[in-house]
Amino acid sequence: MIEVKKLHKSFGEAHILKGISQTFYQGKTNLIIGQSGSGKSVFLKCLLGLYDYEEGSIEYDGEVFANLSEAKKRDMRAKIGMVFQGSALFDSLTIEENVMFPLRMFTKLTKNDMRERANIVLKRVNLEDAHKKMPSEASGGMQKRVAIARAIVNNPKYLFCDEPNSGLDPKTAIVIDNLIHEITEEYKITTVINTHDMNSVMEIGDNIMFLKDGIKAWEGTKDDIFRTDNKVVTDFVYSSNLFKKVREAVLKENK
Amino acid sequence: MIIEMFRKPTKWSVMKELILKDIDDLIIGSLGIVAFIAFFVGGVVTIQTALNIDNPLIPKELIGFATRQSILLEFAPTFMSIIMAGKVGSFITSSIGTMRVTEQIDALEVMGINSINYLVFPKLIAMAFYPFVISIAMFLGVIGGLMACIYGGYASTDDFITGLQQEFNPFHISYAFIKTFLFAFVLATIPSYHGYYMKGGALEVGEASTTSFVWTSVAIIIINYLATQLLLS
Repeated sequence: MIEVKKLHKSFGEAHILKGISQTFYQGKTNLIIGQSGSGKSVFLKCLLGLYDYEEGSIEYDGEVFANLSEAKKRDMRAKIGMVFQGSALFDSLTIEENVMFPLRMFTKLTKNDMRERANIVLKRVNLEDAHKKMPSEASGGMQKRVAIARAIVNNPKYLFCDEPNSGLDPKTAIVIDNLIHEITEEYKITTVINTHDMNSVMEIGDNIMFLKDGIKAWEGTKDDIFRTDNKVVTDFVYSSNLFKKVREAVLKENK
Repeated sequence: MIIEMFRKPTKWSVMKELILKDIDDLIIGSLGIVAFIAFFVGGVVTIQTALNIDNPLIPKELIGFATRQSILLEFAPTFMSIIMAGKVGSFITSSIGTMRVTEQIDALEVMGINSINYLVFPKLIAMAFYPFVISIAMFLGVIGGLMACIYGGYASTDDFITGLQQEFNPFHISYAFIKTFLFAFVLATIPSYHGYYMKGGALEVGEASTTSFVWTSVAIIIINYLATQLLLS
């Protein structure tokens, strides 16, 4: 579980995060949604320790990350997996080497054991035949799956995903969403996903936080989002006619 | 950046592979172009010297002497380093810059890896082998000069070799290699700095490469001046 308390972050005069408090639960896909510029990426980077913050605290299972010693921070980071928006695979390594990378850095496994573990994980993301390919030879969807495999190979306790299905076709996006959801439940990971894809929200949103102008404007589940009358949320989520119609149908069915 | 490079070192088993890869990319990969340029420029230096000696009182040995001095003191260490600022420097800036743009550096940081140590330190160690490249440039430059001299008919082989040996000061070799080590440091660090701290996208990677080439060349020229003033005057 990750607990964020009254988090404030500014860049010069610009106050980006204004006292956000939120709990991200273990074994759940926790989504952060909001318009571009609402502070989602900054919030995620604060969670990851890539940005320092002025006020508030971030606790990973009761431990305040900022107060940890350098050695403990390193241990903590070994428990974190991250899927970047652009996958961020290392160009000079093959897909298999990319997946083995966290193992090489944080474990004392033999090369064969690492390879075996990498192949198990690649199989889990349905990429058992691609391990010798270079990232540049893989499609966008494949690269995302490799990024997920790399993120989970070291059995992380926390998984962060920044727009995991941006730039993917709807079918592949659903495959990626479901994969993250399944892995989260299977390995009991605390997963935090930064997205503005409403399909993801409807598919896998166990716990959703809506950010607007650096403030938490709403919190709920994917079912709650159909029933909410919070105007800020409905304006954003139901801006397309398709989702308006879906909502009407769901509400009608529930009456 | 230099201090950060030595903090939180990467695992030795990983670092060893990175160093070997950078030796291959930066040193072995440069040998072909260095050999080509050194050989032909050595030849041109000889031809230019020979064509400018029109006084019959000036001994022919001067061709070999002038070729040796030009190549040993300036051409091999300094001008080859400026060429390397274009080849090696641009490679370093663009490869690290692309990693920045595509969030690969962020990925390293999230994993708790000191990205400066992981990316820059192996390049610095690989560039410690740079004097080997310059030795080859010196050797091939002189051989190129000898070939041009023989096949152009400017002087006999004996005259050229006698010239090469004339008034040889071993300290000139030390001076050349002291400069080379300083240039190697510059070639590893300035392009890395421009790649690591760049912001933006693909266009900015290109701009960073150009900027890094300019600043690396400027640094080499200034260090060359200072080193010459300090060591030879």
